Amino acid sequence: METTSAKPGLFVDAPSVSRRPRWLRGDMAIAVLVLSPSIFAVAVFIYSFIVWSFFISGTKWNSAVVDLSWVGLDNWVNIFTNDRFQTDIRNLVLYAAGFMSQCIVLGFLLAVLLDQKIKSESVFRTIFIFPFAVSGIVTGVVWRWLMRPEAGLNLLFSSVGLDFLKSPWYTDPNWGVVAVSVAGAWQFSGYVMALYLAGLRGISNDIREAALIDGCNTFTLYRRVIVPLLAPVTFTAVVLTGMGSIRVFDLPAVIGTGAAFGTDALAFHMFSLTFTSLRYALGATIACVMIIVSAFLVVPYLRSMAREAEQ
Amino acid sequence: MTFQKAWPRGLIYLALICFAAYYLMPIYLLVITGLKTDAEINIDWMWRLPTGLHFDGFAQAWPRVSANFINSVLITVPSAIISAIIGSMNGYIFAKWKFRWSNTIFLLFLVGMFLPYQGILIPLVQTLQFFHVYATLPGVILVHCIFGIPLTALMFRSYFAAVPGELLDACKIDGCGFFGIYRYLMLPISFPAFAVVMIWQFTTIWNDYLVGLVVLSNPRLAPVNVAVQNLAGTYTTQWQVQMSGALIAALPTIVVYLALGKFFMRGLLAGSVKG
Repeated sequence: METTSAKPGLFVDAPSVSRRPRWLRGDMAIAVLVLSPSIFAVAVFIYSFIVWSFFISGTKWNSAVVDLSWVGLDNWVNIFTNDRFQTDIRNLVLYAAGFMSQCIVLGFLLAVLLDQKIKSESVFRTIFIFPFAVSGIVTGVVWRWLMRPEAGLNLLFSSVGLDFLKSPWYTDPNWGVVAVSVAGAWQFSGYVMALYLAGLRGISNDIREAALIDGCNTFTLYRRVIVPLLAPVTFTAVVLTGMGSIRVFDLPAVIGTGAAFGTDALAFHMFSLTFTSLRYALGATIACVMIIVSAFLVVPYLRSMAREAEQ
Repeated sequence: MTFQKAWPRGLIYLALICFAAYYLMPIYLLVITGLKTDAEINIDWMWRLPTGLHFDGFAQAWPRVSANFINSVLITVPSAIISAIIGSMNGYIFAKWKFRWSNTIFLLFLVGMFLPYQGILIPLVQTLQFFHVYATLPGVILVHCIFGIPLTALMFRSYFAAVPGELLDACKIDGCGFFGIYRYLMLPISFPAFAVVMIWQFTTIWNDYLVGLVVLSNPRLAPVNVAVQNLAGTYTTQWQVQMSGALIAALPTIVVYLALGKFFMRGLLAGSVKG
């Protein structure tokens, strides 16, 4: 177009231009153009790759040589009848239960404590969030030693006479994965605390005082007023910690999968099937299971975001 | 206020101090272990303070992770800068140039934030191999920039959404176009947003393990977290080496967090609270 002098929005009214849809006109067209490489990257690297992963999960490609002949649901049947995979699902449930409950309970509790007009609040806040700046690998290295049966926490417990607290931690064949979730929650609960603290700061003092005048004691104030008002924060925390449970990879990579895969995770199983055993189609199948499970969390979350974007 | 009295102040501080001790305990262990001499490395003395500042652990770990530490810098710094620039443009468009479907596209972007990377790992490796950037630093930088698109767009969009439309209209009347508004209005006010996004991306990419492990399969190019994990696998009994390596790997993000905690906090909230 020869509208070099035309300015966006306000002045564009040349007939040759106005016939086009608004989003193709002038600066709006530039905006779409500037955004398009990102749209392309997301479309290719996220959406087409997801489709491609699902496709691979239906092929014969289970060796170093690419073989894309179609086998239907063979890999899916293979995976779902696989013992290690079934243990992984059990581990996911236990890890999620441990990780989510610790993060949410600890996060809420710490936020409430910090919201009591504490002196040097920022020091405490800095300490609680600080593990979030530390990587999963570093967390794993430290906690592997902290939870080693003959060292770390057990040593500390017996030195102060709390021997009943001693535990086999991650070496426990049944409950080891819950011990791993302690390390995960150490790292992530500060984040949840920050979310709750921001939520608490958003509740006006008028509401609290009104509730107290109406005869609430502190406990009922929190139970009947504060916790319901913080429901959106809890929803966010559930989604984020749920996603964290599905994608946990660094901790089992460092701490190990345990003798009978008691501390294994889907993400780690996927990795070792694909990049160690070169069984790509089976690895892709687990990847697809992970996508499907996370969709149960992501879809409701995006719906709530879409609702808010409209308002 | 009356409800304050229901909480005994002393108990609140006691609880907070106990929790603080819990959160600091692993770091305490990392630091004291790195400062011990080899002779002091003994499981039974695990919790004991070192006899002096010896740095033996660090001296042993550093040569084994230093090259990877530099790799991490070479990966993380460009990735954080590039993805912040891309994010600022995208956020500006999503906030101020709403075209048809732009909200839908934005939500479709956000899916990428929640996707478990395993879901796209195999096609990713195939694609990078096809373009001959697999196991190269530019390849891994590209991957981090693309995976950063959703979050950086979200953060900048929330930030720019608060700029009043009247200011944009004023710019337009003054003759600014798409780039003019960005250059003269948005960019000058977006320093805090750049700080938040760059710190966030720096931390995320520095702490990444999976992408570094898979995309940089070459151990010479691997980032520091991969090296730390390898140390933990090789030096199984010399835990002072593992722990010192871990502390070295954690140091940059800890320093950034302590120095720029305010921006870090804002990033935490921007990453999850809706924009």
